[in-house]
Amino acid sequence: MRTYKILSIFIVAVLLLTACQTGGQTTAEDPIKVAILAPLSGAVPTFGASTRDGALFAIEEWNAKGGVLGRTIEAVVEDSQCSPDPAVNAANKVIDQDKVHYIVGEVCSSASIPISEIAEEKGVLQISPTSTNTMLTLKADGVTVKDYIFRACFIDPFQGLVMAKFAIGKGYKTAFLMYDQGNDYVRGLSEAFEKSFQELGGTIVGKESYTAQDTDFSATLTKVADSKAEVLFLPDYYNIVNLVGAQAKEKGVTAVMMGGDGWDSADLNFGAAEGGFYSNHYSPEDTRPIVVDWVNKYKAKYGMVPDALATLAYDATYLLLSAIEKAGVDDPSKVKDAMAAIELETVSGKITFDASHNPIKAAAVLQVVDGKIAFVQSVAP
Amino acid sequence: MKLTTTVQKSPGFFTRIIERKWIGRGMLILLSLFVIYILAGKLIEKPTVFLQQVINGLQLGFVYALIALGYTMVYGIVRLINFAHGDVFMVGSFVSFYAISRFGIHSWLINLLPGIPAFLGLLVGTITVVIISMIVCAVMAFTIERIAYKPLRDAPRISLLITAIGVSFFLEYFGALNFVFTPNFISFQRPFEVTTWQLGKEGLTILQQGSTVNEGSVIFSNIFIIIVLASVFLLAVLQFVVNKTKVGKAMRAVAYDKYTARLMGINTDAIISTTFMIGAALAGAAGVLYAIAFPSIIFWMGIIPGLKAFVAAVLGGIGSIPGAVVGALIMGQAEVLSAAYISSPMRDAISFSILIIVLLVRPTGIFGEASREKA
Repeated sequence: MRTYKILSIFIVAVLLLTACQTGGQTTAEDPIKVAILAPLSGAVPTFGASTRDGALFAIEEWNAKGGVLGRTIEAVVEDSQCSPDPAVNAANKVIDQDKVHYIVGEVCSSASIPISEIAEEKGVLQISPTSTNTMLTLKADGVTVKDYIFRACFIDPFQGLVMAKFAIGKGYKTAFLMYDQGNDYVRGLSEAFEKSFQELGGTIVGKESYTAQDTDFSATLTKVADSKAEVLFLPDYYNIVNLVGAQAKEKGVTAVMMGGDGWDSADLNFGAAEGGFYSNHYSPEDTRPIVVDWVNKYKAKYGMVPDALATLAYDATYLLLSAIEKAGVDDPSKVKDAMAAIELETVSGKITFDASHNPIKAAAVLQVVDGKIAFVQSVAP
Repeated sequence: MKLTTTVQKSPGFFTRIIERKWIGRGMLILLSLFVIYILAGKLIEKPTVFLQQVINGLQLGFVYALIALGYTMVYGIVRLINFAHGDVFMVGSFVSFYAISRFGIHSWLINLLPGIPAFLGLLVGTITVVIISMIVCAVMAFTIERIAYKPLRDAPRISLLITAIGVSFFLEYFGALNFVFTPNFISFQRPFEVTTWQLGKEGLTILQQGSTVNEGSVIFSNIFIIIVLASVFLLAVLQFVVNKTKVGKAMRAVAYDKYTARLMGINTDAIISTTFMIGAALAGAAGVLYAIAFPSIIFWMGIIPGLKAFVAAVLGGIGSIPGAVVGALIMGQAEVLSAAYISSPMRDAISFSILIIVLLVRPTGIFGEASREKA
């Protein structure tokens, strides 16, 4: 008897739930729903908060000027915790329950990739503002492109290309590479730099690898000094840059240090990295009108300068809404084609997408000067 | 009639190889030839760069020597490999970080007497910071010894070893707490500016920051000078304490035979505590020097240098003070020269293989005596 009771309660519950779900049939007057999946808790909650604020900012702006396709935009914010399982749950919830057709998120590649599998399967358009892993837009074979998945940031190796172009532009002809052989991010940047630098007529005079636990770089730096390289390309995180920079001063190294967005940290030792250049997604000191405008309005609302995450989330949402408008219809299968062919001036640069749905856009080159970070120029690929 | 002869069964081929340590000797000879060939080639090719790398190796080796002494002294007396030693070294770095960045102790003399030359003021300040680190580490080692090691004085040696590993993990992960040292890389502020000199055909000149080194000159910095002078000074003091003082004599007696030493009226517990404190003080000094040379510190920074210093102590013959210094200098050179001329990521593998090969030939290390097992 007891089993039947439980079973019957279960059946009634299931029936009720399905009744709820079949209730909403979308009409032209309903708002267009956009899901924002961000790590509001977990390892990187500050990244999540910035991403959410940036994306909501764009949605509010569009709503203020009349929404998209004459319909208002409704944001559905879910916490995906920068982790695969919560991200999958959040994605299933917004797709099945909230019936969204568009997802902005996640921040971390480890969460964005599982979301992209679901989105691709269910025909939901996803644009990640900041996930840099190449596999985000590619299927498991590593070649086929996922139709519905895009990203708004450049992928890691792209920064190597930008820095090579920048170094050649500054008149440097010789470079020495230092890279952590166990870190894909560092290796990717360094390989891209090497290739582009040589293509642009520069010479790589030396290459040395190290491991992440190394602290003594004296042997390598003595070689750098001996090679008389003009550029020391070190695309690692700030802690290695601090160590190498401090020891370079002691070993008579005169090369200019250059790196990627791994340098971008409050803990970068400005004394050690003095004079070094690095690339980043955007700089609030950029003087393009769109950047100045964005920084001012964000400051007015939140009282602080927008970071790269807020900016990229804003850009990603802007790209998505522009693509919907261009497609002229609330249908992800049409919007994805509009997105692939888009050409839009955003805060982080003028964006077009390549065949793998990675944006082609300019990167900001920054320099550590007199204990401050200064914007140098924006370098287009 | 049957002829019976007693044939001496000759030992098997493999037994002979093992008994006469042919493997170790053969490998040692091959390796030495290979190393000499490579190094000689590099020396002829670019003598100044080679000399420069030797200087780099010396700088590293002297820091290892200070850590290795703590291992070797404690082992000599209590037969304990104190795995927490590397973490005491880490605490030494952090103490100096707080002393410099939070309290500005490196410039106390300059603040007190503004007219004093900056060089003298910073020198006294830096020495003060080193002394503070040494005292804090010594007090910490005393506490650790009393709480964790003393109750196990008569327990099997393996229990003591496991306790040491436990203390090591405790120090690391207690240090990783947010309100202690934080789990992040911290950028260490050097107490003084780096000055580099170049020594070459033009004589000794200061190398201006940003200008290239003259052809044929070797460069060395004030950091190198400080590390070498501080290490040599501390080693001399240690040698004096161990060989010329009453405490040193008592330490040697305890090392020779703990029980007889006690019968002769030596307070062995006090001597063991003193040994731990001296070792920890040297590790504290090494921590400051290491952080000055490699200014990025984190809670696990003691593991790798601690391990290398331990290897250096074993290489030199654990228990022997000159052995620890020689072993550490060999480790420093092996690491830097293999990074420079063989392969940078292989540096640790190569320096640890030297240990294996040396131990195959001389299991007691270079200066080690055959161990006296006591009941």
